[in-house]
Amino acid sequence: MPVVNKAMTETNSRDLFPGALEMMILESLRREPAHGYTLVQHIQQRSNSLLQVEEGSLYPALQRLLKAKLVKAEWELSSTNRRVRTYQITAAGLRRLEQQISSFERMFEGISLVLNPGRATTS
Amino acid sequence: MDWIPQIFRRRKFYEDLSEEIRLHIEEHTEQLMRDGMSAEEATRAARRGFGNRMLLEERSREVWQWPALESIWADVRFALRQLRKSPGFTITAVLTLTLAIGANAVVFGVLNALILRPLNVPQAESLFIVQHGSDVGSHSYPDYFDLRQHNRSFDDLAVFAISQSGLDTGKDPSNVWQYETSGNYFDVLRVQPYLGRFFHTSDEHGPNSAPYVVLSYAYWHSHFQDDRGVVGRVVRLNKHPITILGVAPPGFQGTVLFFASDIFVPIVNHEQLSGENILNARGDHWMFEMVGHLKPGVTPAQATADLNSVDSYLKKSYPKEEGNEPYTLARPGLHGDSLGRPTRAFLAGLMLLSGLILLAACANLGSLFAARAADRSREVALRLALGSSRNRILRQLFTESVLLSLAGGVAGLTASILLLRRLSVWRPVPQFPVHVPVSLDANVYLLALVLALVSGVLFGIVPVRQILRANPYEIVKAGSTGAFGRRITVRDVLLVVQIAICVVLVTSSMVAVRGLMRSMHSNFGFEPRNAMLVDTDLKAAGYSGERIPAMQRRMIDAIQAIPGVDSVGSVNYPPLEIPGSWQSLVYTDASGDLSPSNAAADPSMYNISPDYFRASGTSLLAGRAFSWHDDTNAPRVAVVNREFASKILGSIPDAVGRYFKLRDGTRVRVVGLVEDGKYANLTEDQQPAMFFPLLQSPASWIWLVVRSSRDPQQLAVAMRSVLRDIDPGMVLAIRPWRTELAGTLFPSRMATVSLGVLGMMGAMLSITGIFGMAAYSVSKRLKELGIRVALGAQRKEVLQAALGRAFKLLAIGSAVGLVLGILASRVLASIVYQATPRDPVVLVGVVLAMAALGLLATWIPAQRALSVNPLILLHED
Repeated sequence: MPVVNKAMTETNSRDLFPGALEMMILESLRREPAHGYTLVQHIQQRSNSLLQVEEGSLYPALQRLLKAKLVKAEWELSSTNRRVRTYQITAAGLRRLEQQISSFERMFEGISLVLNPGRATTS
Repeated sequence: MDWIPQIFRRRKFYEDLSEEIRLHIEEHTEQLMRDGMSAEEATRAARRGFGNRMLLEERSREVWQWPALESIWADVRFALRQLRKSPGFTITAVLTLTLAIGANAVVFGVLNALILRPLNVPQAESLFIVQHGSDVGSHSYPDYFDLRQHNRSFDDLAVFAISQSGLDTGKDPSNVWQYETSGNYFDVLRVQPYLGRFFHTSDEHGPNSAPYVVLSYAYWHSHFQDDRGVVGRVVRLNKHPITILGVAPPGFQGTVLFFASDIFVPIVNHEQLSGENILNARGDHWMFEMVGHLKPGVTPAQATADLNSVDSYLKKSYPKEEGNEPYTLARPGLHGDSLGRPTRAFLAGLMLLSGLILLAACANLGSLFAARAADRSREVALRLALGSSRNRILRQLFTESVLLSLAGGVAGLTASILLLRRLSVWRPVPQFPVHVPVSLDANVYLLALVLALVSGVLFGIVPVRQILRANPYEIVKAGSTGAFGRRITVRDVLLVVQIAICVVLVTSSMVAVRGLMRSMHSNFGFEPRNAMLVDTDLKAAGYSGERIPAMQRRMIDAIQAIPGVDSVGSVNYPPLEIPGSWQSLVYTDASGDLSPSNAAADPSMYNISPDYFRASGTSLLAGRAFSWHDDTNAPRVAVVNREFASKILGSIPDAVGRYFKLRDGTRVRVVGLVEDGKYANLTEDQQPAMFFPLLQSPASWIWLVVRSSRDPQQLAVAMRSVLRDIDPGMVLAIRPWRTELAGTLFPSRMATVSLGVLGMMGAMLSITGIFGMAAYSVSKRLKELGIRVALGAQRKEVLQAALGRAFKLLAIGSAVGLVLGILASRVLASIVYQATPRDPVVLVGVVLAMAALGLLATWIPAQRALSVNPLILLHED
């Protein structure tokens, strides 16, 4: 029986959890406007390559952000003289990012509290 | 709301997106090349790193779409492209569905019009018909009066009888059908006039006090050309002046759905119009229907009990006249249970059969679909391998099947609308204003839509498992032929199911056709061939009393004198003429108690002229026929049939010379014995019948029976001219007897035609089903067949290999269907006269038919299999 990579079709690494990729994009853009390729590089470097983000999955997320007017996009020439579509965070994007970060932190705290005693006994 | 500009900006967004992604990959490639990769390696690595570009692009675009709508539209376009690629399949599928859904829509349309939809009168839900037992028309006018006065359950009760009159509007007197109604008829039904006014109870002041007529809208439209000035005009009805009061609203036809009356007249004027004085005769049950609204809060059961308490009082007061059967209630529309029950049963049966047709069609298309899916397994596998999701592929398949079924649904509905339109203007029985009042409403459209969607999903679901289990790697590796195995597949089961259903349909229709053939050739007790009927009403022409028999004799003599006429007889009402025969209670000679419960029988009764038996072709078995000397001065005599002789007289050989009694106590001597026949309808059990001489029991309404081998049309012209010579004002209807019988045979003809059509559809479906299966299996195994031929296989072996399976499935399906069909035909036998499933002709016929269908359907695939050219085949791929 040959092995077929079934996972490839549906459950690819599009999202870590719903909204995580968007949050990271917004955070990156808060520091400085960027185009798709640099965004990917940036996220991978910052996470010490712990998060393997499939490059392409950035684009659906960017479109969602664009549609929700949390970022805006413009074609321009990059420092390396390359035509790029640069994304910039909007005021609404900043507000959303703050909300998300605070709610994420609370969630993370909650999860840690639940996990910690368990981890103590097993490890 | 920014979705409107969004639609226009969307194209730009998409272009930007593609460009952006392209640039992304380019930038990555260049980066990798700078890191030392070769151009080719870098491109590949960049692409791999990006992921599934098409999928991601599509997902990105989806963000901007109305999620469902647009991707459905994309699916639809894809499905249309797919279907256009295989027009044969598409046409077969749409046609199959058109037939199946169309059949269902037609049957449901009729069912809806006749049974489901309430009558076209206000508050129809509380309207009920009062019947005696299951007999609707068993009320006399005095009975009605008592019931109306003494019941406490109905708001009011109305009654009406149906009759024919000659209406003279100043030019061209013509026969009209009339409702003779109680004065409150329109008020009880709560309808308002379209024009003028209706008559009311307040217009009645005793017998013959209300010389008024209300026209039906259709009659006003066709005979008065919508002239609004008709109100108040005086016309002549059976020669009596009568005032037009108003016009009934369009579409109003009272409580009888299939009968459209021309005019409405008050029943109190019955004597004036017809010359009979039967309004006060309690024993004359000549009302057609009694109808009324139940009072609010009264249940039908309470009303029935109430009516029967009135009835018990009536029975006590008039023991001689009242029948035994208790009162019951029935829904209006189909003339009570006597007609309503068989109609309902028949329509329910038809609905069931057409449902089966649809099921068979779904099975048929399901297997075609599965075959298609198998053919496309490579494409599906490729798409799966390229990252398309299974959901998406299934959605596309369903889009295809639902598209097909919707197309079939629309076409089927259109066809059924056309057919039902024809049906609603069709006059199946020329001499009666009978029609089938079908108009389509939302219910029918809804049903067609639901059926289309359901069947789309049903046959679309067949290949689902196949696709869910599809293993892209395996299929791509092995090619599409690898999947074709020897085990039993869903397709095989579907084909067997479908053939079984079709065989049920074919069996049913054959049983019905045989039944009709048998009843057409059964012995009627007369010979309709070479006989003409002349329908005359002398009272309508103004004759009365002594002048009637004299006039009848003159007419008989005049027609007898026409060259080529063998014999002429007359009868008050010919046997098998709808709505039924005249009947009268008789008693054995020994009985002294003449109450209805003591009667020996209720035989059909005919008043005939001396030559009637010769003219009608009824054979006289013993004794004598009548002569003109059997008149009022002679002793009362009768001729009876065999059934009468054995049932009432107690002996067939010694019947002649015996006596029996009539309701008034008169003793009648039997002078002759004739063969048995059919009297009220073809499906009746053998009924007793008696014949009286015309001069001893006169009737104003007579039919002349003319036996002649001359051309009917010439003869009719000759007869009309002789009769016009005698009296130019007479209303005449001349028709061959066989034509006249069309009305009687209408129900069984109708049943046979509809079952025949369904059977044909069943046969067609099995042809397409077997054809599909056979063609598919041949095309699948063409290569194998080619190798066999190359290795020297004989024609027989090739055929065996190619079609053996199809035939085996056909045989299994036929056997199953035949058994089911025989079981189902028992139900059929209760609807269609003389239909018996254990008829060897039917069994052999079905087997032969299925074998023929099998041969027909496999002919083309077999030819293809035989003409396989191994060289060409093996050259391919």
